[in-house]
Amino acid sequence: MIWHIAWRELRSLFLSPLAWTILGVMQFILAWIFFAQVETFFALQPQLTVIDGAPGATDLIAAPLFSSASVLLLMICPLMTMRLIAEERRSGTLNLLLSSPVSMTEIVLGKYLGIILFLFILVLLISLMPLSLLMGTELDMGKLAAGILGQMLLLASFAAAGLYLSSLTDNPVIAAISTFGLLIMLWIIDAAANTGVNTGNQSTQFFNYMSLLKHNTPMLRGIINSSDLAYFGLFIITFIVLSIRQLDAQRLQK
Amino acid sequence: MSDTLIKIENLHRYYADTHAVKGISFELHQGQVLGFLGPNGAGKSTSMQMISGVLAPSAGRILINGIDLLDNPREAKNQTGYLPEKPPVYPELTVDEYLTYSARLRNIHKSKLTNAVDDAKQRCGLTQVGRRLIGNLSKGYQQRVGIAQAIIHNPAVVILDEPTVGLDPIQIREIRQLIADLGKQHGVILSTHILPEVQAVCSHVQIINQGQLVFSDSMESMNQQLQCNQLIVAFIRPPEEKFLLELKGINHLDDLQNGRFRLHVENDHSTAELIVSTSAEQNWGLIELTPEKQTLEQIFVELTSSDLSKENAA
Repeated sequence: MIWHIAWRELRSLFLSPLAWTILGVMQFILAWIFFAQVETFFALQPQLTVIDGAPGATDLIAAPLFSSASVLLLMICPLMTMRLIAEERRSGTLNLLLSSPVSMTEIVLGKYLGIILFLFILVLLISLMPLSLLMGTELDMGKLAAGILGQMLLLASFAAAGLYLSSLTDNPVIAAISTFGLLIMLWIIDAAANTGVNTGNQSTQFFNYMSLLKHNTPMLRGIINSSDLAYFGLFIITFIVLSIRQLDAQRLQK
Repeated sequence: MSDTLIKIENLHRYYADTHAVKGISFELHQGQVLGFLGPNGAGKSTSMQMISGVLAPSAGRILINGIDLLDNPREAKNQTGYLPEKPPVYPELTVDEYLTYSARLRNIHKSKLTNAVDDAKQRCGLTQVGRRLIGNLSKGYQQRVGIAQAIIHNPAVVILDEPTVGLDPIQIREIRQLIADLGKQHGVILSTHILPEVQAVCSHVQIINQGQLVFSDSMESMNQQLQCNQLIVAFIRPPEEKFLLELKGINHLDDLQNGRFRLHVENDHSTAELIVSTSAEQNWGLIELTPEKQTLEQIFVELTSSDLSKENAA
């Protein structure tokens, strides 16, 4: 059942020009960044060969590519998730799901799975760029895999937050703007901690922990901390449970 | 009775402080088409949303084919098909894709999927447009797709919320025909505020006003009741009211001025005969004698507006 809802979601995405436009524009911009990084790598290469344990192609090309992609996806993700529930409510199609023998959990998970599949296709396309370097050089596959995993977790978190905010309203634009605001806030929340005078106290640690960025950057360097995994896991579960509860509450109260 | 498809007990629904549905109870049996009438904002849509499981009731019980909707929503919803006011269709899908999706949501087994979709299309006259995008279809066809979605899993009960709104007269006739056909195999609940529609397709009628059921009867017995118990008469030389009231079978009368009266009678045939003969004897000069049928519209207006005026007076 979850799968049918997810499949419908994915299919509708690809039937609208939105998905294709986003894939195309993302790929174009990231390809530009990718080539710029390759160029930089060539310029630095003579110096790097002299240094022992110098950063390789993966560090100098793949990591910056992924970190640029994160910022771009932060802006794109709200546009993808805004329609999930808000649009269905506005057009009345939510009634089809609600009057069908499907539970709220299945509806929410189905919609989440649908959008996640789309975002993973996006990650796959981005990953193809550094992978294409395999034709000419060797890559640190472990680091690359960690980077890809980081991207996936990050996008899964974005989508979960977007899904929840989409369940709150029947206006997709409001869902998009509030998702965007929330994500930016979680992205830069550590800035407040790091500019303060009293670094190292409890609130600073809290803000640092809350930041999405802080949990994503280690993965780009190939470090997978269980605390980072836990952070993303909790983040995703929290927002999915909130969405289910929100839909249930609306059926009761409205 | 075993053929009770829907049993509603004391259904309530609040929206914040507004008490939208105030204790509705009724039953629907196999082969009935129940017309749900009421002015705008009477609580029709809310009731139908609750029966279809889209909204949760604040209090009360809904049994569908003996299954409690609140305890076993999954089994109960398998027995109902629901068409909301706005057909719940995805404009970017084709009719075939959409119906396949709805069939899957209703747990139809893979092997029966194509059959179910074809059958629903055929019953709703959609066979020709299967490969077209729903967004490009006319409102009437979208409405049919909405109905097809509601009957695809062959549910015991079909709930249609204002199915003919916004359609042209020919489409309305077609949809009515479809509803009448549905009524043969399923129980149908139909909400509307178009009175002729109820008279055209329904076997039972219920009027809801301000969240309460104010009238509930079968169309047949209602028609019998409506059989002329009023006569309009006019005389050139009208007698005094008391002479008329002395005649056998006249309960009371309204003076319509200029020698015209509306007589409330027990049996129109014998009374009409009596009036004619008496008028001839007494030389009243009878010039008009018309049996007046009370229409559903009169009942509707009477029931819904009297409550309003009471409320205003209070």
